[in-house]
Amino acid sequence: MFISDEKTETKGEGSKNIAKERLQFILVQDRIKLSPQQMEEMKAELLDVIKKYIDVDDNDIEMDISREEEMMAMIANFPLKKRE
Amino acid sequence: MEGKAIVITSGKGGVGKTTTTANLGTALAMLDKKVCLIDADIGLRNLDVVLGLENRIVYDLIDVVEGNCRLEQAMIKDKRNPNLFLLPAAQTRDKDAVSEEQMKNLINELKEKMDYVLVDSPAGIEQGFRNAIAGVDLGLIVATPEVSSVRDADRIIGLLEAEGLNDPQLLINRLRRDMVGRGDMMNIDDIVEILAVEVLGVIPEDENIVISTNKGEPIVLKDKTYSGKAFNNIAKRIEGQDIPLMTIEKESLFNKVKRIVGLS
Repeated sequence: MFISDEKTETKGEGSKNIAKERLQFILVQDRIKLSPQQMEEMKAELLDVIKKYIDVDDNDIEMDISREEEMMAMIANFPLKKRE
Repeated sequence: MEGKAIVITSGKGGVGKTTTTANLGTALAMLDKKVCLIDADIGLRNLDVVLGLENRIVYDLIDVVEGNCRLEQAMIKDKRNPNLFLLPAAQTRDKDAVSEEQMKNLINELKEKMDYVLVDSPAGIEQGFRNAIAGVDLGLIVATPEVSSVRDADRIIGLLEAEGLNDPQLLINRLRRDMVGRGDMMNIDDIVEILAVEVLGVIPEDENIVISTNKGEPIVLKDKTYSGKAFNNIAKRIEGQDIPLMTIEKESLFNKVKRIVGLS
């Protein structure tokens, strides 16, 4: 049973899903022409700007560029800190 | 006559541009269309070999643009179909021997004589590619269901659109039904989802292609083969006929049973 589970993980799911996920990530980078380092720098700078004005919860911040139908969008989520 | 000029391109090398050009050209000629194929891969010509016309070359594309011969003198008539012509690339010159402007003029001249002008693009995104897309009306992108090929196809789509060649169409080549069936190869929907372009056709992986290239006889002459049939269908779609995509990714009963039982 254990062996069959392991097999399911590598084969049953199909490596095509890995290909698809990797491609979607690669193409976003290709299209915006930003390296992963530049991307990280941009995120850090953006966060600094936001934090200047509002209290955000550092742990739950999400920033991602993804493809929505025909266009690319950067979607960011900055949860505000709960009032103590 | 005002024909249509189509470039067959891909970015990545080795995905089947030349095979596709030879077969679509032959297939369109068999539909009684006058077709001229241009090998734009200067220095690495191969379209003549795939068509079995390598012994007939006297003049080439560079001779035409440099005025060493008339266009008609350089156009080789296919040995099987009187509607099909080939304008071969020069083998001993480099890509800079021809300009985009010269290609544009050449294609415009050919469009007056032909129903279709198909341009076989070199791999890459440099000057050779720019020359190949100059003056054409439509871009056909060949991609295999692999990460590197799909990535390069996306790049090419962007470059074509930047040049005003909007709505390029996709040919998915070398699809393996068995691998798609077990989820180890991206299927048509996966690739469309990623590239967001229209699919003009799907060609299955087929060892008959190797045999036909060995002989210099396009596979479309053998309509009984999967790949020959696929190329013939694509030619009919280019001609505006409504031919559904072949269902080459149906899951086999054996694989289905294996999947349900949980063996794969």
